[in-house]
Amino acid sequence: MRDFLGRFRYQVAVFVAVLGPGFITANVDNDPGGIYTYSAAGARFGYLPLWTLVPITLLLIIVQEMCSRMGAVTGKGLSDLIREEFGLRITFVMMALLVLVNLANVMSEFAGVASSLGLFGISKYLTVPLSAIAVWFLVVRGNYQSVEKIFLFACVLYFSYIISGFLVKPDWKQAAIRSVEPQLMLDPGYIYMLIGMVGTTIAPWMQFYLQSAVVEKGVSVKDYAASRIEVIVGCIVTDVVAFFIIVACAGAIWSVAPKDIQEASEAASALKPFGKYAFFLFSAGLFNAAIFSACILPLSTAYSVCEGLGFESGVNKRLREAPIFYFLYTLLIVVGAGLVLIPKFPLVQMILFSQVLNGMLLPLVLIFMILLINKRDLMGEWINPRWLNLASWVSVVMIIGLSLAYLGIQLRGMH
Amino acid sequence: MADRFLFFTELLAMPVLDLKGRRLGRVRDAALVPLVHSSRIDRLLIGGGEAWLSVRYDQVRSITLGKGISLSDEQLTPYHDDEYMLRIARDLLDQQIIDVTGRKVVRVNDVTMGIVTDGIRDTLRLLEVDIGVRSIVRRLFQGAMPPTWIRRLQDPIPPNSIRWEFANVLEPDPLRRLRLNITYQKLEEMHPADLADIVEELPPAEREAIFETIDSEAAAEALSEVEDPKMQASILESLETEKAADIVEEMSPDEAADVLSELEEETSEEILDEMDSADTTEVRELLEFEEDTAGGMMNTEFVSLHENASVMDALAALRGNEDLLDGLNTLFLVDSEERLSASIPLARLFVASGAAKLKDLASETRIEVSVDEKQDRVTELFDKYNLLTLPVVDEEGKLAGVITADDVISILRQR
Repeated sequence: MRDFLGRFRYQVAVFVAVLGPGFITANVDNDPGGIYTYSAAGARFGYLPLWTLVPITLLLIIVQEMCSRMGAVTGKGLSDLIREEFGLRITFVMMALLVLVNLANVMSEFAGVASSLGLFGISKYLTVPLSAIAVWFLVVRGNYQSVEKIFLFACVLYFSYIISGFLVKPDWKQAAIRSVEPQLMLDPGYIYMLIGMVGTTIAPWMQFYLQSAVVEKGVSVKDYAASRIEVIVGCIVTDVVAFFIIVACAGAIWSVAPKDIQEASEAASALKPFGKYAFFLFSAGLFNAAIFSACILPLSTAYSVCEGLGFESGVNKRLREAPIFYFLYTLLIVVGAGLVLIPKFPLVQMILFSQVLNGMLLPLVLIFMILLINKRDLMGEWINPRWLNLASWVSVVMIIGLSLAYLGIQLRGMH
Repeated sequence: MADRFLFFTELLAMPVLDLKGRRLGRVRDAALVPLVHSSRIDRLLIGGGEAWLSVRYDQVRSITLGKGISLSDEQLTPYHDDEYMLRIARDLLDQQIIDVTGRKVVRVNDVTMGIVTDGIRDTLRLLEVDIGVRSIVRRLFQGAMPPTWIRRLQDPIPPNSIRWEFANVLEPDPLRRLRLNITYQKLEEMHPADLADIVEELPPAEREAIFETIDSEAAAEALSEVEDPKMQASILESLETEKAADIVEEMSPDEAADVLSELEEETSEEILDEMDSADTTEVRELLEFEEDTAGGMMNTEFVSLHENASVMDALAALRGNEDLLDGLNTLFLVDSEERLSASIPLARLFVASGAAKLKDLASETRIEVSVDEKQDRVTELFDKYNLLTLPVVDEEGKLAGVITADDVISILRQR
């Protein structure tokens, strides 16, 4: 009995010890862009899009599981592996793209900060610089363990969406039915919305961040079983949050009058009739998501680039020891936040442009991942089994196809 | 000394010409045979037709940048993978190595070689391993523009290189290490804290290879300095039980107990069984205590004397415990039942006469804790009374061990 208890305690300890990377990565996925997409889906189509969450979760799990497995088995980050296996030139091109993409992403996160706090009537000229400084200090002055704890706490704050979902008192019966019953319509808007949901879910930076975080956490092959569960649970939690965002908007907006919304903050405002708490929680959730992603993205980018190109990196290093790391990190925050503050800056076009780059980079990253995870000298017995390889290729081809389609529609919309 | 130098990026794709000046092919890689010579490029591998050919160093007449490599002997053998070769492009470029003088892990971008001319032939000697921006520029433009242009382009950038003698190549496979004459002896001479920083950055396979290879004493010191207890445990678990036991034997009992307590009970029991029984008693006793109590924090490296002893007796006792002297700052007096009766700051011995009773030199207030005292209370006592050493007593008041300020600092830092 003591043995059993001992083992149980050990298993729990292992799970707690690996907790972090999967949860954080999956949750950052619900950044302001993601929240807008889900809100728009709920506002326009009500409960209809809910069924897509199950396949989206599966795709997310397949992709993320590969990353965390590579991290645990090789003990190296994704950009490390790409560098070692495919050389410096390819790595350089990928890293250059990644910096560009993430710069635009950081910008849209700060735009999210501006619009969410704008709901409370605070000027962006106050909120954006202050949050940029806060983000910079949080990571530079903290160490990884404490920063990760703050990030995990930020994950918990996503529960505000679940509560606001309840406060709206949506039609739960409909929601339940639509979650399991696929609905296809040949309506261009509907198809566009479905593609958009997948497009915002899987981004290139996530793979780099997740794998590095797994490595940094020191997850070993022995703990991998626990780490895999963590990744899967993280993905599920993320899409549960997405579920409640859609449901809240379906209940608050669609059931009154279906309409197109332009911004996530518009969805928050629409929740006002359901009490100030519903509104407050939704907007606070939006702010949390924006600032959380604004912390992770610059950090993850600086890490990936420095790992791949062989510069010293890490928040535990001092400025003098890792100058390029801190330079990149600071640059992304300063430029990302600065652009939001320029009056009449073409923000929407920039975000669109970042999605174009995202769409170009993602296929590369995913294909490299599958190639790497099938190398026996790297992965040993942990290479993809055949069925998983099939599933991965199918998922990757689907994700690439959908992102490209998303991209195409976006670009056509530009004219 | 070499009169000219050549970068590996320049050597790659250099044409190789036979006696009549006809082109045989281009250089694809170059290899050292470390067992024969530690820095001479022994083979050039050239690719012309289907198979690669291998050029021995003594078949080369001249090597000229811009012209190519002229041979003095065209009897070339086809290349087949030789286990005794360290191939630069395959085994060194883009891989991580340890910079022994700079005490860090770096990634190789390029290699600088010297062309040594002895009248008969030109030979290449590996001089430096290049890291940093300058060599990245060379890699990026290699093959895209003439070498002389690249040299001009990179010139303004300050070089960043490691002398080949101080570059330690990493190889997890022990057999291959032997064949390539890779040792980790240079690492043994590093400060254990530096070595610990390095192994913390390495992937698990390389990390384990280092601990497997270096002598047990250096390994024990470095292992004690590794900050993350989880990593300490995973290192020990990965080693052969016998080697793990050798390392643990070299550690002080309290550190050994700390590390072993992180392992699964089965594994730590195996290691203890393998150790010399004389060393294990104390470790086993320490293992009984909960980690976050005084018992779990304490070590058993103290000097105690009978309460009637004189300064002379104390000096004799110190001579008998020379291995403890480095960290010692307090002596303890016990009664005939081994119960703690007083603490004596070591420095007081210097100003006392030889015949003086130790009792009279004792600190005015006796501060002690019991083995099951909570960690927080212990750190509080250190702060309140400005302690360097705190005695720990068991239920019967017998002196069981001491907690020293460095233990407390480590605990506070981990928070």
